[in-house]
Amino acid sequence: MEMLEIATRVDARGLSCPMPIVRTAQAAKPMTSGTLLEVLATDPGSVKDFAAWCRSTGNDLVDQASDGAVYRFVIRRK
Amino acid sequence: MDESINLVLFSGTDDKLQAAAVLTAGAAALGKPVNVFLQYWALDAFRAERIENDHGLAPEAGAEGRGHVDALRIAGQASWAETLRQAKELGGVDIQACSLSMDLLGIEQEDLDPLVDGVEGVTAFYLNAGEGQLIFI
Repeated sequence: MEMLEIATRVDARGLSCPMPIVRTAQAAKPMTSGTLLEVLATDPGSVKDFAAWCRSTGNDLVDQASDGAVYRFVIRRK
Repeated sequence: MDESINLVLFSGTDDKLQAAAVLTAGAAALGKPVNVFLQYWALDAFRAERIENDHGLAPEAGAEGRGHVDALRIAGQASWAETLRQAKELGGVDIQACSLSMDLLGIEQEDLDPLVDGVEGVTAFYLNAGEGQLIFI
């Protein structure tokens, strides 16, 4: 598997809905197509929200993981 | 996803304004145009000198609801005004004051917080809403 080079990171831990998505949308705006964005969140709603946001905006959710408390999403910019 | 989301805000309590701000920010994050129309007590809450005040909660909140809202705020939840500011930074969010409500409350545009982009009548609001969804809070 190729190494994933993260270009931008968003720490949305502790933020409640909809701020993790709002911060992500703000961070994604200036990013170059094809680069990777990593988001850390603790809002349990973020699992469905990030899937929905990626589907609607055309960005690619390439990886997601959770240790039970923190959710990590890696998104490739459209 | 270019269909607009249109919110008519009538209630001026912090819980209802918070719900409206969340819906606005979520739609903005999806890249949808959002038109917000401020009427009556919601408009009153957007006065520049009062926007950060405590505007109370809807009657159904009760004492227990007050406790839950306060706990979330202490945990660092952004205020509804701050949530709307962030939504506007994403672009596509237009907030207009209802001209009838401006007359009713004796408000001039310079009395309003800079979050408010302008004043319009209901006809202009409907025209901008087009075929998009309309939400009343």
